[in-house]
Amino acid sequence: MVEEIGTTQDGDLIINVGPQHPATHGVLHLVITLHGETIKKVEPHLGYIHRSIEKMCESLTYRQFIYVTSRMDYLSSHINNHGCALLVERAMQIEVPARAQVIRVLMDELTRIASHELWWGAMAMDLGAFTPFFHAFREREMINEIMEDTCGARLTMNYMVPGGVQEDIHPDFVRKVKEFIALFKRKVDEYDEMVTDNIIFRKRMENVGVISAADAISYGLSGPSLRGSGVSCDVRKYYPYDVYNQVQFEEIIETGGDSLARYMVRIREMKQSISIIEQLLDGIPDGDFCAKTKAVIKLPKGEFYQRVETARGELGIYVVSEGATTPYRIKFRSPGFSNLSALDHMARGSKIGDLVAMMGTLDLVIPDIDR
Amino acid sequence: MSNEELKAKLSELIPTATFEEGGEWTTLLIEPKALMEVMPLMRNDVAFNMDYLFCLTAVDWKTHITMVYHLTSTTYRHNLVIKSKLDKSKPEIETVCLIWRSAEFLEREVYELFGVNFINHPDLRLLILPDGWEGKNPLLKDFDDPINMIKL
Repeated sequence: MVEEIGTTQDGDLIINVGPQHPATHGVLHLVITLHGETIKKVEPHLGYIHRSIEKMCESLTYRQFIYVTSRMDYLSSHINNHGCALLVERAMQIEVPARAQVIRVLMDELTRIASHELWWGAMAMDLGAFTPFFHAFREREMINEIMEDTCGARLTMNYMVPGGVQEDIHPDFVRKVKEFIALFKRKVDEYDEMVTDNIIFRKRMENVGVISAADAISYGLSGPSLRGSGVSCDVRKYYPYDVYNQVQFEEIIETGGDSLARYMVRIREMKQSISIIEQLLDGIPDGDFCAKTKAVIKLPKGEFYQRVETARGELGIYVVSEGATTPYRIKFRSPGFSNLSALDHMARGSKIGDLVAMMGTLDLVIPDIDR
Repeated sequence: MSNEELKAKLSELIPTATFEEGGEWTTLLIEPKALMEVMPLMRNDVAFNMDYLFCLTAVDWKTHITMVYHLTSTTYRHNLVIKSKLDKSKPEIETVCLIWRSAEFLEREVYELFGVNFINHPDLRLLILPDGWEGKNPLLKDFDDPINMIKL
């Protein structure tokens, strides 16, 4: 299973990165074949946090399985829940109240900002800059508090349910989000000044981990990683859900295909998320926050596929229903899994020191990959 | 192309094509033997240009295993589902990872979770499951684990 540290017949060195390594941010295990400092092969070994979520879901009802999905990509838990709720609503033809739709999109975009902030701080730290991590976490904490007020949780929210959301938003929600947005607008520019324009940072990002548009498509990349290669793929634009077709925002596309391009996509995406939140925040409609739904949900016989744009890319939920209260088969097409599969292709021929930048800009979240 | 246009074009190109009704997208049923005729056509024909394999999985129907391929085109944005029924006693099918590279990991996952053998796959090994797990495929319906909790 795990190759020991050793040398091959060609004199290549085999080393292990992870499963417990600060730069893999979780239990990712890479077996790397090195020729000198040049990477010849990167082989991921997965499964250290595999919980068999797909099998588990086969014995959970359509109300219960949503809670498990918060544990996949825990930085996008709202968006995962949103996908599940949308799937059930579409299959059952449940009309979601306007208020719930707006709340859900607001929560999604706050989640996206929080996720990108964590990514930004952690990635800068991987490259040797420690300060950004504290800056990012300081602002992320504000989002966590907003979430905690309304959902009672800071990470695994379980807030969105079929038909809407579980509880109405906290009375302070709008005020706190406004405070956050006012502050965060300045902070994003500060992030840019602090890290993006730093010459050392640029040298470590430019032309590192380049992947062409054709390769990125072939490897099934999605989200910011694919848009960094110049391919338009935003699920919010192509398959809009809830009120995404009523807000103005730009799909961020960079054409470099390198780590810097992927980095820039996420930085610019945060600014778009701010804009979406601003457009919706003042006009949250009154009314119910959840539609009346049957206590026992039975999906009609057939197949359903729902995609949502998480912070990492396209999450697909494929459900095969036999008309029972539990799904017959469920498959989560997680963005991280496909993004990781391109790492070997990106890394070959690069220096070992650049691997951290590549892993960083692919924004890997291991529970999302292992499921 | 819309679902109807896709269906008409597919019936024209593949005379033996059968379709499954009721899904959101056009669903094409093919024999495992025909996979290597259909898949390259989907990828390379300019009218289809299905360059993005966004989901590849299998479903255990107890009597047989069905492979499910979800394809889309980044130019035309049309979606297509291709299904193929495999023999439960000896499930095997050609790999598509030379057409779409994303299939390499996805097929390894299906191999370990369903025991489907992908012919000509360059590196068919366990990906998620630990060594020594061969032969027990967790996502098959008759799999039961007495030690680890997989049912709630």
